Amino acid sequence: MTPAVEFRRVSKTFGVTRAVNDLSLTIARGEFFSLLGPSGCGKTTTLRLLAGFEAPDPGGAILIDGADVTMMRPYQRNLSMVFQSYALFPHLSVERNVAFGLEQRKLPRAGIIPRVRQALELVRLDPDTFSRRMPSQLSGGQRQRVALARALVLEPAILLLDEPLGATDLKLRKEMQLELKALNRRLGITFVYVTHDQEEALTMSDRIAVMDDARVAQLGTPAEIYENPRTAFVAGFIGASNFVEGRTGGRADGRWTVRRPDGLLFRVPDQPGLHDGMTVRVAVRPEWMDLFRPDQVPPEGNAISGSVREVIYLGETMHVIVDIAEGESLTVALRNEGQLIKPLPWQAGDRVAVGWLPEDCQVLEDH
Amino acid sequence: MTGRLPRWLGAIVALVYLFLHLPLLVLMVFSFNASRFSVEWTGFTLEWYRQLLERPDILAGLRVSLVVGAISTVVATALGTLLALALARGRFRGRGALESLLYVPLVTPEIVAGISLLVLFAGLKIALGLTTIVIAHVAFSVSFVTVVVLARLAGMDRSQEEAALILGADEWTTFFRVTLPQLLPGVVSGALLAFTLSFDDYVITSFVAGSGTSTLPVVVYGMVRRNIDPTINAISTLVLVFTTLLIWLADRAGRERFAQ
Amino acid sequence: MTDRRRRLLAWLGRRPALQAWALIAPAGLWLLLFFLVPILLMTGYSVMPRGTYGGVESGFTLEHYARFFDPLYLAILGRTVVVALLCTVLCLLLGYPVAWVIARSRRWRNLLMFLVVLPFWTSFLVRTFAMIFLLRDTGLINTMLLSLGLIEAPLTLLYTPFAVLAGMVYSFLPFMILPIYASLEKLDPSLLEAASVLGARPAARFRRVVLPLSMPGVVAGCLLVFIPALGSFLPSDLLGGAKQMLIGNLIQNQFAAARHWPFGSAASTVVMAGVLAGVLLYLRTRDRPAPAMPG
Repeated sequence: MTPAVEFRRVSKTFGVTRAVNDLSLTIARGEFFSLLGPSGCGKTTTLRLLAGFEAPDPGGAILIDGADVTMMRPYQRNLSMVFQSYALFPHLSVERNVAFGLEQRKLPRAGIIPRVRQALELVRLDPDTFSRRMPSQLSGGQRQRVALARALVLEPAILLLDEPLGATDLKLRKEMQLELKALNRRLGITFVYVTHDQEEALTMSDRIAVMDDARVAQLGTPAEIYENPRTAFVAGFIGASNFVEGRTGGRADGRWTVRRPDGLLFRVPDQPGLHDGMTVRVAVRPEWMDLFRPDQVPPEGNAISGSVREVIYLGETMHVIVDIAEGESLTVALRNEGQLIKPLPWQAGDRVAVGWLPEDCQVLEDH
Repeated sequence: MTGRLPRWLGAIVALVYLFLHLPLLVLMVFSFNASRFSVEWTGFTLEWYRQLLERPDILAGLRVSLVVGAISTVVATALGTLLALALARGRFRGRGALESLLYVPLVTPEIVAGISLLVLFAGLKIALGLTTIVIAHVAFSVSFVTVVVLARLAGMDRSQEEAALILGADEWTTFFRVTLPQLLPGVVSGALLAFTLSFDDYVITSFVAGSGTSTLPVVVYGMVRRNIDPTINAISTLVLVFTTLLIWLADRAGRERFAQ
Repeated sequence: MTDRRRRLLAWLGRRPALQAWALIAPAGLWLLLFFLVPILLMTGYSVMPRGTYGGVESGFTLEHYARFFDPLYLAILGRTVVVALLCTVLCLLLGYPVAWVIARSRRWRNLLMFLVVLPFWTSFLVRTFAMIFLLRDTGLINTMLLSLGLIEAPLTLLYTPFAVLAGMVYSFLPFMILPIYASLEKLDPSLLEAASVLGARPAARFRRVVLPLSMPGVVAGCLLVFIPALGSFLPSDLLGGAKQMLIGNLIQNQFAAARHWPFGSAASTVVMAGVLAGVLLYLRTRDRPAPAMPG
């Protein structure tokens, strides 16, 4: 099956800065694909390259539905886009805004009006109330919906979205995230979504490309990215992570033993690329760790002893910060079962053991 | 800002406004004064205005000023708008040099601009007249138009043009359907400004007009120099009212928004 | 046709630099040919010897610049600079309060602003004549004072340095008010409230908060008045008579009655050099970092 979008060795340089560096990836038809990363990582440039607002450096190619579009202008590519600032035309009414693309295709007026109505209903804006209004008379959320309607009315195969929820407040954002996901499923359109919000990407995407410094750090499903991060950057950017380091020394039962500088041993699962005597960095998520009394550590798991520095109340979870060595600490996330009825037994100063299962470790590719 | 306005501050400001406007108001009032030479008020009359119609030099000057104004405005507005578009949206090197070339005319004294053009025309053996006046007027108006249109462009969301492109409009269509409608108030404002500058200019015009052609300001200058013509007040008042109207329109146009 | 247009535009669209230069070319060429080249030509004339009819003939000479060391011309240069400075100072003293009041007012701001901008755009010539009408021996001021019995003979108001200065301030005042207003408008009122809470009285608040923060506007205004004032012509021509000759009048004279184009060009070049120096100074002050705390 031809992928909807393909990037082949695409780079983009602005002056002396490399914004995108040798990028190759494919996006499947109907997929909700996110480009995720901090500002300056190259995700927006990648989207703009796909849209055609920038041309890649010579040597790279961009394909849509198997056809090479690298040399084509945006209006020659069959794409739709929702902009971060919505980019509604202030001098045109809502109706004329949504109809713009259809008018460009020289559709007859009679054919345009019902499609505009449909598009507005699709984004849950009543056509009779909103058609004649001007953008300046709309709220932020309404403008967002008009921008979406304007893009969807063209029934595109691919929809590009450039951080469209950036300016929305939290509650509305959650709502819109679910609506966008539902639209993707219902209409079968390929969504290419740019965001810096990792929670958003995890919620909506089928696959995520995490970008850092003009490259893709990791590409995978939300579960793969979250549970098996490959680099320290991905582990730290998506959710929170604890990091422990050590040297490998001996393998048994499909597990490697890792020795810390202070002599402590813990076990990690076998991965290709591991050999004896390597320095490794291991990531473990706070929610996969647990706290025990120093003498009550379960034998099959890993454990590091330390003392509690702080207990932080976060509502849904409790974070316990444990100092394990000079300048080193681990954060353990425990479910809050109600501090008023079932409080945690841990307090600052307590000596504890932090334990976790070897399977919950992730040996990172950079060390 | 806290507190009420101190009395002395308010007084100074009132005096300044008076200083700025009183002379002109006086001028306009006395254009209706029946007395020919003295400043004493002897009665209300429209005689001086009527006499203007019998003055071939003033009428000819007016005609030349209007023609020069119209042509130079059209040319300066077109040139200036294109330049503003390039500066606002363009990606090119040499921006610094271009901006210098653009802004230096705004601070160059008119006397220098005037004589340098005279030197050019004399050196190239170009006869002085209507054409040279138009050339000169366009040269000093372009920068003003560019600045006004640029300000308007800066306020426009750039992604609107990208939105139009991805919706299927090519660059030409995007300019006419998206950019220009929003730019138009700025362009109109710039055009009115350019016309006013051209209509009012004396110094530069005096050098490049030659002996055969006179614009209205050149005629008025002669009248002011001789200092005895009673119709000066009348023609000055008309010029004032006309340019005030233009400036007011330019101001209104510049502030237009797309509210319902 | 549309298809060909689309292909041309697509081709152009991939070459943003070419697009930009295509837009710049008309205006750029016009300014090059009819602004830059004339000034260069004029500078060239300034170092050529005078021809028989007042034009130039080939050769190279610095004699026209040497003439400026003649006390007569030094006096003119000096007078021009002094008058321009006085004009700037007066405009600052009168203009700052106006800018302050406009920046403070909410209801009348647009009207007040319009009333400042309006004279800025109306005919320089007409406004100068309005001054003549007021100041001449048979003008309004003298007539009123005479009829009120306050004076016995008309005061000589016209053709004095006072008249020239008044005319110049009259014309240049808006140039001072607008930039100062622009920087006062950006002033955050909560800064003054903070200063007030910290114990500063109105005078101190002005001196330590408002004045320093409005400095960019003050500097811009001063340069916007001083630079054109150096090349000023009409006020001294119509209000000053022969005795108050400034460089602008000298230049005009060389191209009219005196028929000495090279000398006139030299004087123009000197003025232009002054203007460019002023502009460079302005650009320098914009980039300068904030001064450190004393002590």
